[in-house]
Order: sequence, then structure tokens, then C-alpha cells
Amino acid sequence: MTELNTLTIAQARDALKAGETTSTALTESCLAAIDSADALNAFVHKTPELALEQAKAADARIAAGDAPDLCGIPLGIKDLFCTKGVPSQAASNILEGFKPQYESTVSQNLFDAGAVMLGKLNMDEFAMGSSNETSCYGNAVNPWRRGNDDTALTPGGSSGGSASAVAADLCLGATGTDTGGSIRQPAAFTGITGIKPTYGRCSRWGIIAFASSLDQAGPMTKDVRDSAIMLQAMCSHDPKDSTSVDFPVPDFEAALTGDIRGKTIGIPKEYHLDGMPDEIDQLWTRGKEMLADAGAKVVDISLPHTKYALPAYYVIAPAEASSNLARYDGVRYGQRATLAAGDGITEMYEKTRAEGFGHEVQRRVMVGTYVLSAGFYDAYYNRARKVRALIKKDFDDVFAAGVDAILTPATPSAAFGLGEMTEADPVQMYLNDVFTVTVNLAGLPGISVPAGVDKQGLPLGLQLIGKPWEEGDLLNTAYVLERAAGFVSKPAKWW
Amino acid sequence: MSIDKATAAKVAKLARIKVEEDALPALAGEFNTILGFIEQLNEVDVEGVEPMTSVTPMRLKRREDVVTEGGQQDKILANAPDAREGFFAVPKVVE
Repeated sequence: MTELNTLTIAQARDALKAGETTSTALTESCLAAIDSADALNAFVHKTPELALEQAKAADARIAAGDAPDLCGIPLGIKDLFCTKGVPSQAASNILEGFKPQYESTVSQNLFDAGAVMLGKLNMDEFAMGSSNETSCYGNAVNPWRRGNDDTALTPGGSSGGSASAVAADLCLGATGTDTGGSIRQPAAFTGITGIKPTYGRCSRWGIIAFASSLDQAGPMTKDVRDSAIMLQAMCSHDPKDSTSVDFPVPDFEAALTGDIRGKTIGIPKEYHLDGMPDEIDQLWTRGKEMLADAGAKVVDISLPHTKYALPAYYVIAPAEASSNLARYDGVRYGQRATLAAGDGITEMYEKTRAEGFGHEVQRRVMVGTYVLSAGFYDAYYNRARKVRALIKKDFDDVFAAGVDAILTPATPSAAFGLGEMTEADPVQMYLNDVFTVTVNLAGLPGISVPAGVDKQGLPLGLQLIGKPWEEGDLLNTAYVLERAAGFVSKPAKWW
Repeated sequence: MSIDKATAAKVAKLARIKVEEDALPALAGEFNTILGFIEQLNEVDVEGVEPMTSVTPMRLKRREDVVTEGGQQDKILANAPDAREGFFAVPKVVE
């Protein structure tokens, strides 16, 4: 029998319903895998007692019949989600010791569906990073390696722990969040599937805020079907998040028909970058061929404002972060710096934030403060918001012209080595998100699907971008791509 | 435009993050790199463009202006670094 922790969500669901296994057995299998994988540093707060308690309840619910699809499925939860009574610190020292008194809506939705939480997953501090190297817990490590070379590689970021855990079969699926590519880039780096739904599909309530107009939660899973199942359970209308939409959530799994005949797939010319590795270009070409072979019409399109997406993002995201992170003041939660005699409240704020925030977070908060400061608000922030409207209009125009989905590479490279970017200036690291960030700015759904390996044996992903609220259609196109690509490689276990 | 050490110090103050004097030049350099990258936005003609507010135009929901989940003082204070007698405690604010 296959090791239970290596099952997909769909396989485990079917086995549970057929009475072939139990949630307790699945959970124990994952907990054992987690305990033997400390070298990956993916799980940073383990919750085995809670997991076994939830598994027991799930088994009872399954035995009673009519359990939801996710009932009894063991998952990992990104540390950005507030989970009641369980440490939730966004991988930041400033939230050390913080135990939320409430549950995030998305994790509550998962628990209501019977899911089991194995623990909290590593990430970049406050989700600011593309390599999981800004975490207060230390780096998460990619289970993939370059052939026999034992250089430790990044799992990507910010949802690096989620990606590493799913790729290494420590859990059946994990939650991620995506502000500029933080689900899709790590999914691509680790050979798994990750979808960021349309902005507003998942409630942001209880997810520690980074950039509120861009943040969305989504699933990170072993395949497209699992993403459909898990996304279904995560989405809801939530009065506690005013940007959560009051639209019905369709049956995403039922949308996986495998038929995309007559669909139009756009290939944006602006996503051809100078200096992009040949392997990425070749993968993209193969992706086009696969979708054409499946009966889709592939057309060249133009998204003229693409090159301005990253600079617009690096105004809007830090600006919103500087406002959101103002709440970490050493008064209401988390850490307060030790004060010297005579220190007043301003010194308390300044010392607490200097000690509690890591370097990248400090830098972004200060850049955000600058672009919002008197005299610069129009020149930077309002201009970036207008450019954002133009980026969205680029997409609106191609969708209006009949395009159903857009195919692009997910990342400009395969996973790089931990520490390899240390000497680079911050903008070099930001370029990791060049293909994904447009999607957040326009609020669209985007999915990363593993589609091949590079010459060193590392996974590479393709991204599909869909129309607003058409996640079902997007998942179906991704499903076709997944089946055609036939990516089944797994990292060789070294940990 | 270029950020000098004095501007970096001012931004750090506004952000309420203590930055040591000797770290300011490097910080100013990083700001300049990022702001240089952002400068590209000046190439875009945004005349007459309204800033984006939502994916699909929709009216924000409203609700009655009433207390929904009040009376949770203990929970509110549970994570405070210093809570006393039902209040958040901070260093002396008023002389």
C-alpha cells in the first residue's frame, strides 16, 4: 500500500469514503513524515494533539455519512493565518508569543469542512519575500536538488514552507497567500500546483495583512483536482471582510471536464524577456502546443503596460504595508522592546519596531512611508494606482476580444540556491514576481501548474491567467495542461 | 530625485523605526535603488485615468452601526505585553 501521506486529497477522500483508511491513520502518517523532515524547516509550529483530535472527530463524521470532501484531510496552514490558540506570527519576531483569540475565516471554513490542521508553515516575514529567507524561523528548504549537487535551494516565497511541505508529502495540501506571486512562484519552484483566486473570493479576515488590495488566500496542492477541492472549501462570502464578494461559489471540481475545445488562449508578447533561459521559453512553447493539441485556439496578444506592473506594485504594496504594519506598536500584542530609564512612548515604538521587524520588512515599511508622505502622495501612490487601472484595462481588453485564458511562464528561472541572492540589490529579488504580479494588480485568478524540469532536474511551472470569477474554467484549462504535460516527478528523498 | 541621509532619517522617524546613525547612508542607498526603479512610472500617460478601486464595480456592503461582538476585554488584552487593571499599559505619555 502507498504511504498515506503521499496520497492526493482526491485519493484520500475516496479512500476515506470507501472505508479503506481513516483520518487518524492519514494524520499519523503525515505527523511521522513531518517529524522526519525537520531539515526542510517547513513546519514551524507543530500541532499534533490538535490534529489527532480533529482527525478523531472527522472519522466520526465520516462514519455518520455525508461528510464534505475535505473531511479528515490533513493540511498545513501558513503562519500568516490566525489560528485560535495556536502561535500565528507571520514569521516575524514582533509577533513572538502571539496566540490569536479567534480563527481566520479561511481556516474556519476548512475546519467546518472537517479538515485537520497539522501545524503552521514557514514563510517570508509578513509575506515579504520571494525565497523564504526573511523568516524569523530561518530558511525553509526546497526538497528538490540539482541532480546530485547538495546545495540547499529555496522553495520560493513567500509561501515557501507550504510549497516545501506539499512537495515533500508532509501534508496533503496547504494554504498559501499571494500578494505578488507568493503562491504561484513557490508552487513552480517545487513542482506543485497553486492557485490565487480572484480578489474577493476568499475572505481576508484573520489573515495577517500585508497589502490589503492585493492579498488573497489560495490552496497549494499536489495536483489541479486537489486545488479545485480545497479552493471550494476556502471560498465564502464573509461580512467581516468588506471586499469579500457575495457571489455563489461554483462547484470547481465539476468544472474539470478536460474539454477546452473552442477556447481561446492568449500568448502575451510582453512576457518574452531578454535573457530569459531557453528552457523557460521552450517550456512555454510546449505549453502552447499542448493547449492547441487539446483543441484550443492559441492567439498572440498584447498587454502593453506589463513592464510597469512591478514598479507599480513596489509603490502600492509598501504603501499599504506601511499602514497595515503601523499596528505593531508594542502595545496590543507581540513583543515590546526593553526600555531604558527615561524612555517615553516614542522610544518604545521605535525600539520595538527596530528589534521586531527584519530588514526587508523595515525597508518596505519605510519605502511605503516615503511614498505616502506629504508632497509625494500624488507623484507616487496615486500615479501607481492609475497605472494599475491601465494594467487591468489591458486584461479587460483581451478578454473582451474573446480570449478565455492567458498562458505565461510562472517564473523567470528555476529555484535558486539559498543565499545566492544575498548580494543582489532588492530590485533583483523583486524580478522573481515579474510574471505573477500583474495578476494581483488586476485582481484576476492565476494558477501555476508544473509542466517540466530543467536540465538540472528542477521543476518549472507554467501560469494560466483567467477571467474574473472564472476559476472553474481556469482550473479546467490547467487540468488539460497538467494531463498533457504529464509531470509526475517527485524530489528524491534526502531529508 | 535622490534621497540623502537626512531624508532617510526623517522617513525612519515617520515610520517609528529606530535606525542607527551609521546605518543611514546604506539605507538611503537602498531607497534610491528602489525609487529609481519606481521612476519608470513617470513614462506612463495617466491623464484622465481613474485609479482602480475594485475588480468588478460594486458597492461596498453596509451594516448597522452597532456593537456586534463586544464585552471581550479579557480576550482583547490577552496578548498585550503589559496589561494592568483592564487596560493596555504604556510608558508615561503626559508629563
